[in-house]
Amino acid sequence: MQDVVLALLVKEPSHGYDLRSRLAAALGPLGETLNAGQIYVTLTRLEKAGLVVLEREDVPVRGPRRKVYALTATGQKRVAAWMAEGAGVRADVTEFHLKLVAAAESGLADPLALVDARRRELMNGLAETQRAALTHDTDSQAGLLLEGIALRLQADLRWLEACRRTWSARAAREEGGGLG
Amino acid sequence: MTRDVWDREPGDARVPALRAVGLSRVYGADESLVSAVDGVDLDVPAGQTLAVTGPSGCGKSTLLQLFGGLDRPTDGEVWLGGQRIDHLGERALARLRRRAVGFVFQAYHLMHELTAAQNIELPALLAGASPRTARVRAAELLRQVGLTERARHLPSELSGGQRQRIAIARALVNKPLVVLADEPTGNLDSAATLDILRLFDELSAAGQTLVMVTHDERVAATADRIVSLRDGTLADDTSLDGNRNGGDTGLGALLSWED
Repeated sequence: MQDVVLALLVKEPSHGYDLRSRLAAALGPLGETLNAGQIYVTLTRLEKAGLVVLEREDVPVRGPRRKVYALTATGQKRVAAWMAEGAGVRADVTEFHLKLVAAAESGLADPLALVDARRRELMNGLAETQRAALTHDTDSQAGLLLEGIALRLQADLRWLEACRRTWSARAAREEGGGLG
Repeated sequence: MTRDVWDREPGDARVPALRAVGLSRVYGADESLVSAVDGVDLDVPAGQTLAVTGPSGCGKSTLLQLFGGLDRPTDGEVWLGGQRIDHLGERALARLRRRAVGFVFQAYHLMHELTAAQNIELPALLAGASPRTARVRAAELLRQVGLTERARHLPSELSGGQRQRIAIARALVNKPLVVLADEPTGNLDSAATLDILRLFDELSAAGQTLVMVTHDERVAATADRIVSLRDGTLADDTSLDGNRNGGDTGLGALLSWED
């Protein structure tokens, strides 16, 4: 979650309330389970670690004061590194979904390039699993475990196809919108 | 697994087993033109196992039919082992198909009234082999696919996985330059699918060139190389080098071990 919050601060400094609603929008019904205070805890931790800094405090006419946070140079470096590294074959759907959203919002990476890289990563994991499955008896305990792993990787790969469709449609829309 | 049974005529390693140049196939006419395959360039080196994947309707079956001379391109070229095939006449093409291409289909396409052994022998006889030669070759292949004891069974007496193994033996009977498989495990459960993949793995180890169309990522993952087809064009080309080199397994990355 820390990396996602950092990514949402790349384009401009922001406050907890705004970050929380952007996360909630990306997470849909899963966002409702986000504890209201969670984002402030994360921001405080990031500030202690020197990755964000309190830039100013906005005092709106109505409503509570808002602490506006900005990325530090260290924070910039950390979020760029996170964006560049593979998620790992065990990364779950939500984690990678947020990475795509973070990539688009920060402009640090092309979501479609991330999808392609992840597809290669998962395909290699699946190739290794299947290579092992071919040398084990299908009815053995090992064979059963390998089948389960292969099915999960297959499900992730199929979802990536959906990611590719949605993000390329979005890219096409934005390109068209930019011209108009 | 002995090499002699799978053995093929050694081709020239410098010539790709299969080559497509600017390959296109358009269906329909006038305003209702549909481009099933659209400008595909592809070289398949001898001995490679290639998986062609993509959503349904992406043109992958059409591509396979063009490769095997079952369909003719609207534009572009198809080369099999250094010979251009797309402009051959019907009879020459049929002859070349019998000799150079082995087809494997999702629904097996075995002859119902023939036994397993007879199904395997048939393409050899059509290609001009003597009945004795065909019988010996079929017996060898039956042994290789582990179905010697099913030689006299009709297809209806065999399971799906067994039928597909017979179909693969039939595809190999004339020692083809390439085996083209269209959704070869599409009708099979997990266990039977793995049996077929093990068989393909043996073929690959013996140097057989194999192109398979599949929408099943678990099948594609066993190939040396995967190309994705989207809207008739090649969208991605990935080598799975580990499969060829017996690569170092990264299975550890799939396991989280916490005390």
